[in-house]
Amino acid sequence: MSAPAVTTAAAAPARAQTPLRQFFADFGASKLALLGVALLVLTVGAALFAPWIAPQNPYDIASLDILDSKLPPGSESGDGSMTYWLGTDGQARDVFSAILYGMRTSLLVGSVSVVAAFFIGAAAGLIAAYFGGRVDALLMRAVDIQLSFPAILVALILLAILGKGVDKVIIALVVVQWAYFARAARGAALVERGREYVEAARCMSLGWGRVLFRHVLPNCMPPLIVIATIDLAHAIALEATLSFLGVGVPVTEPSLGMLISNGFEYLLSGLYWISFFPGIALAIAIIAINLVGDHLRDVLNPRNAL
Amino acid sequence: MDMQTPVPPTLEVRGLKTHFFTRAGVVKAVDGVDLSVGAGEILGLVGESGSGKSITGFSVLGLIDAPGRIVEGEIRFNGEDLRQASPRRLRALRGGEIAMIFQDPMMTLNPVLRVDTQMIETVLAHRRVSREQAHELALQALIKVGIPSPQERLRAYPHQLSGGMRQRVAIAIALLNSPRLIIADEPTTALDVTIQGQILYEMQKLCRETGTALIWITHDLAVVAGLADRVAVMYAGRVVETGATADVIGQPLHPYTRGLIASIPTPATRGQPLAPIPGMTPSLLNLPQGCAFRERCARATGACLQAPPAVEHRPRHWARCWHAGEP
Amino acid sequence: MLATIIRRLLQTLVVLLVMSALVFAGIYLVGDPVAMMASPEATDAQREAIRASLGLDKPLPVQYLTFLGQAVQGNFGNSFLTGEPAMRLIIERMPATVELATVAMSISVLVGVPLGIAAGLRPTALSSRAIMTGSVLGFSLPNFWVGLMLIMLFAVQLGWLPASGRGQTVSVLGVPLSVLTLDGWASLILPASTIALAKCAMIVRVTRAAARESLPMDYIKFARAKGLSEKRVLGVHLLKNILIPVVTVAGLEFGQVMAFAVVTETVFSWPGMGKLLIDSIINLDRPVVVAYLMLIVFFLVMLNLIVDIIYTVLDPRVRLEQRA
Repeated sequence: MSAPAVTTAAAAPARAQTPLRQFFADFGASKLALLGVALLVLTVGAALFAPWIAPQNPYDIASLDILDSKLPPGSESGDGSMTYWLGTDGQARDVFSAILYGMRTSLLVGSVSVVAAFFIGAAAGLIAAYFGGRVDALLMRAVDIQLSFPAILVALILLAILGKGVDKVIIALVVVQWAYFARAARGAALVERGREYVEAARCMSLGWGRVLFRHVLPNCMPPLIVIATIDLAHAIALEATLSFLGVGVPVTEPSLGMLISNGFEYLLSGLYWISFFPGIALAIAIIAINLVGDHLRDVLNPRNAL
Repeated sequence: MDMQTPVPPTLEVRGLKTHFFTRAGVVKAVDGVDLSVGAGEILGLVGESGSGKSITGFSVLGLIDAPGRIVEGEIRFNGEDLRQASPRRLRALRGGEIAMIFQDPMMTLNPVLRVDTQMIETVLAHRRVSREQAHELALQALIKVGIPSPQERLRAYPHQLSGGMRQRVAIAIALLNSPRLIIADEPTTALDVTIQGQILYEMQKLCRETGTALIWITHDLAVVAGLADRVAVMYAGRVVETGATADVIGQPLHPYTRGLIASIPTPATRGQPLAPIPGMTPSLLNLPQGCAFRERCARATGACLQAPPAVEHRPRHWARCWHAGEP
Repeated sequence: MLATIIRRLLQTLVVLLVMSALVFAGIYLVGDPVAMMASPEATDAQREAIRASLGLDKPLPVQYLTFLGQAVQGNFGNSFLTGEPAMRLIIERMPATVELATVAMSISVLVGVPLGIAAGLRPTALSSRAIMTGSVLGFSLPNFWVGLMLIMLFAVQLGWLPASGRGQTVSVLGVPLSVLTLDGWASLILPASTIALAKCAMIVRVTRAAARESLPMDYIKFARAKGLSEKRVLGVHLLKNILIPVVTVAGLEFGQVMAFAVVTETVFSWPGMGKLLIDSIINLDRPVVVAYLMLIVFFLVMLNLIVDIIYTVLDPRVRLEQRA
């Protein structure tokens, strides 16, 4: 009798890859995702360094020259000190500078709201999964009801009640978004709850807070991260929409949405650049985040990949 | 002198090779298969999972999806070269003159369409008849396969029927357009043994009566023993032995066939330890050089590093083995 | 089946009650409606009169019950601005929004489903990847900006289509519809396309996912083995299977579109409910806001119910199991 020969599939090249390195390798395989990351770096960089990059501070009234208003892209300023690469708006503000500052507000509001929603939502979802029973049922009912309502409506009503202001907008965004995180966190936590390490931790009489946040949460991160990226795009778009409608950020701290709104009235007269370029900037930011988030989802959950 | 033009066999396959070009490598699912079936003849195609028998069936019908394709070989249906046939011609043949029965009828019948819809469309795809006539044909086919209350069954959805009935529906669909050849891919594997027996018997009767050729693909040698006229044994993508059922089972030439027969528990071997074939089937990604069975074979020698050709050791009984027939 | 419907209706009722309480709490408790109603020079006596007329001097539960009682009769008070009954204002503007939403969803489905199937058929082909990338663009681009760009291109630069307003309407059963006139279509097409872009992208993704799940199934292979034309395999066998998740999603999205029309209607000055809502919020016309909210809540909840019913009708496995 010949010795049993167990042949396995074609020997894969031996890779001493840590999961993290594997993750980066998988992620980097998509050119689109890399493009997204590049664009993201660009937009975040522009926003962060706005005060240094922008040729003009558009909110410093003293630096504006009213005669320079409504100039098309590429024009020179009246005193020749700068070129308005993207034109100026009705108040003689340099559109390019306005975009850089506006991007700051947009990204700031979006990120803060997502981070807050993440913590609130994740905590809620984890608690619901851990305690189960009525706590869980109650929470999930709330989540279901919240999610069946269009985000825009919820936000509009909240802002109608709360009034204007950056902080109010952030609150509205958090209320709209926490439910997504809660549901995802609960789902992931339910899976984890059955695992042995949770049993082990409970046996050691660790407080539930500790079990949840030190042990369960890290294992639930992948879907939460994916949701965070997608939600960031939504948050930014939603804030832009609300500002466009006039119920979002105040005029003193305009976001890209408000800039677009300002330019609306000039659109019909053919002065397209006042709305157009802020819109492109907004679109780039959102597309970049979506590209990254999309691929993140494929990488973290291979079943969805091409 | 009476010069008779030899009638070509209903199906003749020579040197068929179907490979799948995956990211992990080339999977040689079928790597040199010869077989032939004549009118009214039943051929049992036997092999374990992964031996390539289902893929052989699909290859005949041209149903290989990417990343696989037929790389080499000849497939002749009543003399017609199927590999050269246009997609249109192939489509006309499928479900018409060549019918196929799949293994799991729950998955092959569309769960959201009614039984009559799925039967009538098969008729209408191949014949110019009215819907009423097609409906009548469907009814007749259900009666032929022994389904009680066929009118009600026609209006039912697949999940409302039992497993045995669903498979009978699948067989009825295969018979609708009076095919010349039926390829049945493990049709009774998912059924009770009693139902299996009934269906085997009925299939045999039908083929004798209508002169339809039948290729019965299975992993169960015992099933084939009672049913088929001829047997072809497949291993790792190749046909390793072919011959009349009585010959192959009574006097197996290839060591794999011997191993298969020996591993079936019978009343005679009761109380004795089971005798499986040692080792494991090689991965189709990484076939050993030469004879694929070499690493598990008691008779293997240096000569086996060369793939053996099919040799007719006895009349109409071929085997691929340098040591065919040795004990 | 009947038992399920009744159960769902009861659930619906509960949700409506809860929402009405929330709306009531939100709108009537926060801020002082009297301050909204009265002019700044009003005397205290005048304010008291208004308070009494609004019933604000009564205890809270009574106010809520009065509110509910009135609501059931369809009376939400009169608009602060125009004095007309709030609900009537909204119902007048409803056909415009429903029309816009229906046309937009129809475009999304008619374009999105075939694209999704095409993308699902050959996932690695260039065309499929292009479709998927396009869909990312589709739902990334902010809705209002797409509207602006369309106006810029088609109305300002090319001058082909009007930049705002609704076209000529024809009265059908007392309801004015603009889909029946050519002029109506000229005004419809830009706003509908704006909405359709994002929804189409979503439908493409859902269809593609469903197609990718269904295409490798044995029944598709079997359908081909029966010699059916590819048209029938895809158009009947595949389609009927993926229609179930697609219709569910499309139905729910319809509700979202009705709500989100707010933005599009603002951009295109489309005389629908959404524009009314925004104007009312900015002008602090609370009765109208409340009436709108209740109507939308009612509509969304009914929509959910209808989608569930459609789901059972489409999927024989669910339908027949319930009967058993």
